[in-house]
Amino acid sequence: MDLDLAPEDEAFRDGVRRWLSENLPAARGRRASSMGEPAADRLDELKAWQRKLRAAGYVGMGWPRAWGGREAPIMQQTILSDELVRHRAPGLVGMMGVQMVGPTLIQWGSAQQKQRFLPKILDADELWCQGYSEPGSGSDLASLQTRAVRDGDHFVVNGQKIWTSNAQIADWMFCLVRTNPAAPKHEGISYLLIDMKTPGITIRPLVQMTKDAGFNEVFFDDVRVPVENLVGEPGQGWAIANTTLMHERNMLGSTTHTQSLFEGLLRVARSATRDGRPATEDPVVRQRLAGLKIQVEALRYNAYRNLTSALQKKRPGIEASVTKLVTCELNHQLAATAIELLGAFGPLYRGSKHLVDGGLWPYELMFSLGLIIGGGTAQIQKNIIAQRGLGLPRWK
Amino acid sequence: MNFALSEEQEQLREQARELLEKECPTTRVRESMARDDAHDTELWRTFARAGWLGVLVPEEHGGAGLAMLDAALLAAELGRAVAPGPFVASSIGAVSALREGGSKTQQKAWLPRLASGDAILALALAEDAEASLDPARVKLRAAKSGHGFRLDGAKLAVEAAGVADALLVAARAPGRGAAVELFLVPRAAPGVELEPLVGVDETRRLYDVRLRGVRVDADALLPRGTRALPSVLDACAVAVAAESLGGAERALELAVAYVKLREQFGRPVGSFQAVQHMAAECVAQIEPARALLWYAAFAHDAAPKDAALAAAMAKAACSDLYRAVSRAAIEMHGGIGFTFENDMHLWFKRALANAAAFGDARFHRERVAELSGF
Repeated sequence: MDLDLAPEDEAFRDGVRRWLSENLPAARGRRASSMGEPAADRLDELKAWQRKLRAAGYVGMGWPRAWGGREAPIMQQTILSDELVRHRAPGLVGMMGVQMVGPTLIQWGSAQQKQRFLPKILDADELWCQGYSEPGSGSDLASLQTRAVRDGDHFVVNGQKIWTSNAQIADWMFCLVRTNPAAPKHEGISYLLIDMKTPGITIRPLVQMTKDAGFNEVFFDDVRVPVENLVGEPGQGWAIANTTLMHERNMLGSTTHTQSLFEGLLRVARSATRDGRPATEDPVVRQRLAGLKIQVEALRYNAYRNLTSALQKKRPGIEASVTKLVTCELNHQLAATAIELLGAFGPLYRGSKHLVDGGLWPYELMFSLGLIIGGGTAQIQKNIIAQRGLGLPRWK
Repeated sequence: MNFALSEEQEQLREQARELLEKECPTTRVRESMARDDAHDTELWRTFARAGWLGVLVPEEHGGAGLAMLDAALLAAELGRAVAPGPFVASSIGAVSALREGGSKTQQKAWLPRLASGDAILALALAEDAEASLDPARVKLRAAKSGHGFRLDGAKLAVEAAGVADALLVAARAPGRGAAVELFLVPRAAPGVELEPLVGVDETRRLYDVRLRGVRVDADALLPRGTRALPSVLDACAVAVAAESLGGAERALELAVAYVKLREQFGRPVGSFQAVQHMAAECVAQIEPARALLWYAAFAHDAAPKDAALAAAMAKAACSDLYRAVSRAAIEMHGGIGFTFENDMHLWFKRALANAAAFGDARFHRERVAELSGF
């Protein structure tokens, strides 16, 4: 066991820190995240930020050199994402492309598809959204009903997607559609790339409980998609999607965010009072904070352990499910504790007098609940842990 | 950056698991439970021959001279097996105390015998029912007497005192700035009285110890005992946390194996999500705690500044999870898990004992708060 960074990784980290201190946009304030501010409201700013990162070589670091990446080791990719969170850098507006459809196309795409789509992803020249969930297909994603029927050299798409983040700013959607209704449900699905400007697409924003309009419903009404936009073979969609879902679960499991939430909670506790005395002197509060810190630290070391497995190229098991399950719940508890400590100010929201940390805590409480549900619900993660991890029998 | 066990450590763990499966099945654990002192001398010798009792004993004194992480891995395996024997108290606590606080003569006299299984030391530290191990709470007095000391006072719930050759007694020595010192007190010394307690966990015997005017020589005092004590307590906390983690893991394994076989409503009960989610929640507690525990054991040797905090975090986490997991494991067994004949209560009871040993979760969470500067 050795927790020190190798000299080259340490040098890389110092380089990232130096670069961030010189290049980070100034107007971030002291907020711990972009807090749901819709990307659409500051699209130019966010695209400029991604291009700046890209120019420094910090976008798509894991991508092959042939497609503009650096084939950087996992360790350095992790260092970069940790530093970005730690410095509260704006999120990557083209994340869906960089993290999900890009790697998928690199693995499964045709030569023409790679040539056409990959170069525009890293520079945020084209933004992507994900068309997976449907009103009737959430946890049971493979039951999806959006139909794509072959008509000459096109597929004609009809149906509806939901929870589509950033559909209103995306240029393209990577989308799961049913091409063969007669086949078993996992085998009748195909993976299509759809131009969001195609006639027949209607986007309706959905307002979340946080009051942000981050995601959308997307309706398809006889939408014609050229057959060359099919990725892989017809019926391979499920296998292809599974490679991207794995990426999504990894993204949801950042412990850096959890650590900075805990630090924020500690600041709240230090400024709050109980019975006229500092809250941090209250034994109940101390027990609660210590209990949360223990969980935060356990997750941190667990992430090191998972990272080591990845570095050693061990086959991934249920680590991602455990991390997703525990992290989202812990973030929720951290926010709940902060709100409790804030007393009467805890339930105040954006725009109010007395607001603490810009309304971060109720936002995080709600947002983390969204993540407990999204990206594979907590219940689905437990099924995966029980069935894949412990080998318990599936319901037949 | 490499947060994984080494090949040697993986081997150590595998060998320990194999040996314990062969030599320490629960039938044998139950035999030792039936004895007055709950001790299995032959089994203890087997552990010694495997090199486990000397895991922390330096090579020059006949031990393996390994690190705390290696010792924690052994403790976890012993915990899996709910093995009897004072491994944590004698092989971790007493060995650490002698190694870090003992004189050359004391080390020479005791370490080889502890490693070979020829001697056992008990830790006589706590004096009240508060499940804390705060040296500040020690009241037992060691008065100067001739060239030696005279000890008067009582200790509570001392594990394995009945089979120990000597007790390591924490006492306040007024002549030495009222610091808490450690004394080696032969169990057979006049004035040492033992009174066995009846514990829920019958795999280990606890004793109340009374010292009435017990005279010991000057060389009974560990010269650097005061300085060694905090690190000794951390080592014990880490080891008992490891034991708890190993026990929790095993209890869950047994429960999972059971629900795969047990059928109700025409199918294995393990196919019901209510049962699956219970098991998954156990995994979600065990896996992050394992990483925390490894770090605490690693830090004990490699990151002394972090060691106390990490030990407190690991002990609090593992105390709680062992109780939760061993309880869930019984529930997953249904009615059969409630019987004495079924083994599941062995882990459940050990979890209770371990939770109270070397500081309970509340005590360690307060230490986390303190050490983190809350």
